[in-house]
Amino acid sequence: MTPHRTLATTARVLTQIRHDPRTIMLLLVVPSLLIGLVSWIFVDTPVFQKIGPAMIALFPFIVMFLVTSITTLRERRTGTLERLLAMPLGKGDFIVGYALAFGLLGLVQSAIAVSFAVWVCGLDITGSVWLLFAVAVADALLGTTLGLLASAFARTEFQAVQFMPALVFPQVLLGGIFAPRSSMPDVLHVIGDWLPLSHAIDALTAVADGTHDDAWVWTRIGFLGAWIVGAVIVGALTLRRRTA
Amino acid sequence: MDSDAAIAVDRLTVRRGKHEVLRELTVSVPRGQVVGLLGPSGSGKTTLMRAVVGVQKIAAGDVTVLGMPAGSAPLRRRVGYVTQAPSVYDDLTVRENLAYFARVLDAPATDVDRVLSETGLTEQAGQLTGNLSGGQHNRVSLAAALLGAPELLVLDEPTVGLDPVLRYELWALFHRLADAGTSLFVSSHVMDEATRCDRLLLMREGEIIADDTPEGLLHTTGAPDAEAAFLELIRKREAGTSAGPHGRHAAEGGER
Repeated sequence: MTPHRTLATTARVLTQIRHDPRTIMLLLVVPSLLIGLVSWIFVDTPVFQKIGPAMIALFPFIVMFLVTSITTLRERRTGTLERLLAMPLGKGDFIVGYALAFGLLGLVQSAIAVSFAVWVCGLDITGSVWLLFAVAVADALLGTTLGLLASAFARTEFQAVQFMPALVFPQVLLGGIFAPRSSMPDVLHVIGDWLPLSHAIDALTAVADGTHDDAWVWTRIGFLGAWIVGAVIVGALTLRRRTA
Repeated sequence: MDSDAAIAVDRLTVRRGKHEVLRELTVSVPRGQVVGLLGPSGSGKTTLMRAVVGVQKIAAGDVTVLGMPAGSAPLRRRVGYVTQAPSVYDDLTVRENLAYFARVLDAPATDVDRVLSETGLTEQAGQLTGNLSGGQHNRVSLAAALLGAPELLVLDEPTVGLDPVLRYELWALFHRLADAGTSLFVSSHVMDEATRCDRLLLMREGEIIADDTPEGLLHTTGAPDAEAAFLELIRKREAGTSAGPHGRHAAEGGER
């Protein structure tokens, strides 16, 4: 891996997206619109205050997962990945370059989503808004890196889209949005405790409700970080210079 | 085997599933020449080229490129590769595409303008690659392979879909590069391109059935053009196969 090749890759991916204003709009605006929709559905009830933080975890995570997995898959399908791997580009340059580019987009997306939830939808945040933002960024980055990893196992766009329900929905179901994890059967409770999205949801809810101190929240962010780094490493390892 | 060759392939076998795409293929490509790899589609040309570039999984055999095992790290800068489908980014401009690949290759920034003019794309530099015509699109892919002045160029059907003038210009470019010392390994399924090569490899069903100069090929077969020579060779080989059980393989150096 070499920093200038990684950054060249990041710059290239961002330039590609810059040529596609519609994708930028969808990426940046859709999660906020969905959060707004949820808050509207539950207007005049205390429900949004309860599930709003989880929505900040959910929508950016799903959007980043989908966009990243399809973009990198397209790179395999068009032969550009094969060309790059026949050049002196490291596998890490490719994966980290993508993670940085989409991570940056995730950062902007999270900023918009958090601001929208707090200042437009009126989500009350007992803890620090900055901490809420930090968790949201880690969560978007998690979606990005899991998307990178998923694309390694998909041969076609159809398969990549199927990975979304396969990898994302269980995390949503076991994350404690629909029912608290503590009320689930033991097996599901344990699995849910190890899934990264659960920690993002827990951390965002904790910051909003002020139920835990900052150190506890940072531990959750650290857990997300471990998943992010793990997905990047496994993603790089699954890239093969030689294929059949 | 000629250790000074640009490409030396020794008993290369490639399987895809149970099907043997290449079987114990042995061939050598000299340096500083334009060597054509001709054969119908499905004959294994792309597989052989991918093995040379080091992106093909191989079952057995050795591929040596510029004196090193194919695909080894130092070669990634010294070998340029153009895949059959144009492997460039549709949603970048021509210049942005080339600038990115130049940075990956550590090629000087001035290389972008050089390859743009060599491939006749200077006027299209600011256009989105996806909006170009098929022929222009292919040339962007070729331009990317010329960055960093590689010692060996592996070009998989680079002239498909080009008008005759452009095809002529590209072959002239190939020969200029070869005169400057670059080795070129160019595949085509268009037989009339054969005469433009310094040397020809004819491929059919995963085997090299001829390795000669264009003149030599016409001379030995007595055929008027490459297409007829190809047919003549196939006819001779099929006659040889039916004559004896080992006839077909004897030509390739015998069975193991």
